[in-house]
Amino acid sequence: MAVLARSSSPSSLSKLLRPHSVSSLRSFSSSAADDQRVLTIETSVPFTGHRIEPPSRAVDTTPAEILSFFRDMAVMRRMEIAADSLYKAKLIRGFCHLYDGQEAVAVGMEAAITKRDGIITSYRDHCTFLGRGGTLLQAFAELMGRRDGCAKGKGGSMHFYRKEASYYGGHGIVGAQIPLGCGVAFAQKYSKDGSVTFALYGDGAANQGQLFEALNMAALLDLPAILVCENNHYGMGTAEWRAAKSPAYYKRGDYVPGLKVDGMDVLAVKQACIFAKEYALANGPIILEMDTYRYHGHSMSDPGSTYRTRDEISGVRQERDPIERVRKLILSHELASASELKDIEKEVRKEVDDAVAQAKECPVPDPSELFSNVYVKGFGAETFGPDRKEVRSVLP
Amino acid sequence: MAAALQTAALLSASPNLIDPQRYRVGLSARSLIGRRGSIFVVRSDGRTSGFFNAKSRSGNFITNAVATKADASTSSTASKPGHELLLFEALREGLEEEMDRDPHVCVMGEDVGHYGGSYKVTKGLATKYGDLRVLDTPIAENSFTGMGIGAAMTGLRPIVEGMNMGFLLLAFNQISNNCGMLHYTSGGQFKIPIVIRGPGGVGRQLGAEHSQRLESYFQSIPGLQMVACSTPYNAKGLMKAAIRSENPVVLFEHVLLYNLKERIPDEEYVLCLEEAEMVRPGEHVTILTYSRMRYHVMQAVKTLVNKGYDPEVIDIRSLKPFDLYTIGNSVKKTHRVLIVEECMRTGGIGSSLRAAIIDNFWDYLDAPIMCLSSQDVPTPYAGTLEEWTVVQPAQIVAAVEQLCQ
Repeated sequence: MAVLARSSSPSSLSKLLRPHSVSSLRSFSSSAADDQRVLTIETSVPFTGHRIEPPSRAVDTTPAEILSFFRDMAVMRRMEIAADSLYKAKLIRGFCHLYDGQEAVAVGMEAAITKRDGIITSYRDHCTFLGRGGTLLQAFAELMGRRDGCAKGKGGSMHFYRKEASYYGGHGIVGAQIPLGCGVAFAQKYSKDGSVTFALYGDGAANQGQLFEALNMAALLDLPAILVCENNHYGMGTAEWRAAKSPAYYKRGDYVPGLKVDGMDVLAVKQACIFAKEYALANGPIILEMDTYRYHGHSMSDPGSTYRTRDEISGVRQERDPIERVRKLILSHELASASELKDIEKEVRKEVDDAVAQAKECPVPDPSELFSNVYVKGFGAETFGPDRKEVRSVLP
Repeated sequence: MAAALQTAALLSASPNLIDPQRYRVGLSARSLIGRRGSIFVVRSDGRTSGFFNAKSRSGNFITNAVATKADASTSSTASKPGHELLLFEALREGLEEEMDRDPHVCVMGEDVGHYGGSYKVTKGLATKYGDLRVLDTPIAENSFTGMGIGAAMTGLRPIVEGMNMGFLLLAFNQISNNCGMLHYTSGGQFKIPIVIRGPGGVGRQLGAEHSQRLESYFQSIPGLQMVACSTPYNAKGLMKAAIRSENPVVLFEHVLLYNLKERIPDEEYVLCLEEAEMVRPGEHVTILTYSRMRYHVMQAVKTLVNKGYDPEVIDIRSLKPFDLYTIGNSVKKTHRVLIVEECMRTGGIGSSLRAAIIDNFWDYLDAPIMCLSSQDVPTPYAGTLEEWTVVQPAQIVAAVEQLCQ
């Protein structure tokens, strides 16, 4: 499987690139973006396994894929920053939990799986929604409570769903999504369709009892469930060492094997997810711990600096930022030039700004929507309100 | 009514209700007895509506089933009498029919599989359908209810059994936040066709924690439907309706009612989830009740009839939403309401029902609505004390007398 890392000499590659100047970004994208030759790149940090042999550090990828990683993460980063400004402008209200810094987890996971595999997460769900195929417009409209949002404006920041892409949300009560995820995995096993479910949770929710209950059941039934702990080291304001006696979350499954992954390295995440999917389909649950970091505070109401130092945040940003890492990769393998990447970022920025503008124009939900979707149209018996005038549901 | 009936008079023998001709209007004999049978949704006033379903048998259909002895003459059983069974068997029959009909229906709960269910509702099903479809779970209510909800999101139709309703308090977060609300918060994307069922209510000296009545806790969860069964006939019908419903339904059974015997139709039938059952029409007072209290009420009714009263008894069955149509018609007729329930006085079903009746039918009331509920105490173990926590027939008689002054 391991293929020669470098292509032919740098000069031939640049010849391909040079005629396609900055102005026609599209044609550039089509040349390197279609480039399907396999590159094998080593992850910077090895995997650590618990009761399992970790996968190899050498990850197979293609230039097209790496460029898509860059673009997707750039979109996610831009979206979260735009959400930050919208929140401060009071267009987004309530709770807004931002994912910037953790983009590699969402993007790497998507690269390893299909849309038939399920993903479920808690409230830090905006980027995962984008990864599952959600559009920026749907995301911003939902954040601003407009009709065109992915949940018709009735869910909000913490309730993004996309049924057609097997994205099960978006949950406010952390920990509760893990049994739900195991339930989705149960249904996948029941219908034998060869797909898996990734149930994501944070280091804070890792201490919830229902996680262990669900893990026990998943292990008993050999469910194709992959529990992913997105360890950003802080459960709101509480550092992991203050909340967990054993912060080695990948080991907490005890009898369930676990893998610790550098969550800021998108290729490592991709490798781990491919490995986990293969394992889960054959053997049952596995835990992945993604070592990641969030730059923003827990939510927009949390400055994020009372429980950690600014130096720590900027240190991580300098050394481990997922987008910078991919940029360096692209530049070192000469898949694109620095100015081309800048242009991608500009394009992304424009895309996000357009989506924000469009979302701002969206209408708010109709008042009648208050009462819609509380119940599904009933079993089908004819039922009325007290005066028999208003038909509630009719027999098919 | 034949005094030998094991259950109290379930449905009156009033001919209007069960005129066999009424429900055949519009349906020719040929449509009834065809290659494909039909399935009817039953209304308590005898109206039916039907559509074709290959599974059910053809034949005559009975709207009410009364446990009759061979010599009891009631005009209801003009056709084939059906078969006799106990309430837990009726539940099992309903469950089995639905599992046969739809491969997405599955059961999960503690000891439902190999053990057959602590009240034998799922006995024999695991051998028939396998361990995955009738799943024995560990003692982890919060997470197996969550698992059921997650499976329902994908299109499976799980039936989650709480061994005792009280244990489902551990799953309250899942039931309230996920089960009830996911359809709404996802903007209609996900349906949760789950049934959560289990025995509740005050039993025989089971102690406080095993005598919980959860209807009052669940009633304000939006998106949930609640029904309470009380006879084998409505147990089977409600079980089937709950399974077929696209909404999450909580089916409340009662520990002491599992061994009720009744004759139910052989034909397939499904009841309407949102409808109340007219147990005994009357003129003087409307008595609204559900679950086990129905039997206490009917016992009190015997005394009341001897004293010259004519109470109308309605088993509300649907605890959320209330069938205000049936209830309203009754209130308009009798102008007096007595609610007899087993849940606690504070924040119980009775208080919501009272509020709903006052809001909608204030002008029709001649007297304040009386509500008899259980005392606001943990159910004591001692038998005599336990007896006095729940409403007894003597109290019902006294309340009616007071109401009808």
